[in-house]
Amino acid sequence: MHELAVTESILDIVCRHAAEAGADRVVRIHLVIGELSSIVDDSVQFYFDFLSEKSCARGAELTFRRLPVQVECRACGHSWEPENADWTCPQCGAAQARVVTGNEFYVDSIEVE
Amino acid sequence: MPTRRIPVVERIFRANEGVAAEVRALCREHGVTLVNIMASPGAGKTTFLLATAHALADRFRIAVIEGDVASTVDSDRVRSEGFPAIQINTGGGCHLDARQVRGALDELDLDQFDLVLVENVGNLVCPVGFDLGESLRIALSSVPEGWDKPLKYPAIFQRTDAVVLNKIDLMPHLAFDEAEFRRLVQGLNPGVPVISVSSTEGTGILEWTTWLADQLSS
Repeated sequence: MHELAVTESILDIVCRHAAEAGADRVVRIHLVIGELSSIVDDSVQFYFDFLSEKSCARGAELTFRRLPVQVECRACGHSWEPENADWTCPQCGAAQARVVTGNEFYVDSIEVE
Repeated sequence: MPTRRIPVVERIFRANEGVAAEVRALCREHGVTLVNIMASPGAGKTTFLLATAHALADRFRIAVIEGDVASTVDSDRVRSEGFPAIQINTGGGCHLDARQVRGALDELDLDQFDLVLVENVGNLVCPVGFDLGESLRIALSSVPEGWDKPLKYPAIFQRTDAVVLNKIDLMPHLAFDEAEFRRLVQGLNPGVPVISVSSTEGTGILEWTTWLADQLSS
């Protein structure tokens, strides 16, 4: 259900930007998703195919660029990609991690005709 | 036909965030603090919320917004204990969004309240991405769910102002490693308060409501 609401937002954003650019048709949509965003690619594509049927983005292909979770230790400055959600710094042992990437979820660009 | 690429760079949650900003402005205008309580089904959200409301009822005027997929079970229970409650049924939706909360706030005379407690739909994943316009986010976890929830559902523990561990009265019966739970939470969200409570027995409720009251006055 979550992906349905999200896909409606994607379609709104895409059609608005396509109209502003005077484009007739959107052929590709590039999305960026951080690994902390809990979004399932296949579900988004599934809902998109259904929702976009009567829109300017009908049949458009979605591409997903996944950004890994990257964190940085506030204590020692060490930066790493944690393998799980244990974010204790492997270098100094401090529990002071800050998220650098991983929360992103945006439409990066669209390709139009 | 040649294609051209148009940069967009627009956050997908922006529409929701716009409504959340309106909710935040509305609450500020009426001096209301909105608290978003997120947890899995069965974590004890309603019991915790009621324990909180009873403990603070002599200091703050409190209303409740209940989010569930279906039924009025929770709002009926809250009303029966003396607090105004608005029920949102999401009809299958796995989270509350700002638009639903704005609708519920329209049903309350906000000048009559200081604190609105929002019980989100029971879910450790979906509510995290949807800003409701709250002033405070609370992640409620409970002992029977296991100490490893921060490993499995990091985002809810990472994006919260406080973590409350409920049902600590069950600790003697279960293999719950509280130190490890706290270590994992601190790793995800450095410095976040982690408060252990039993909503049914009242343990820790004073510590929790003292923290909450401090946030309201600051």
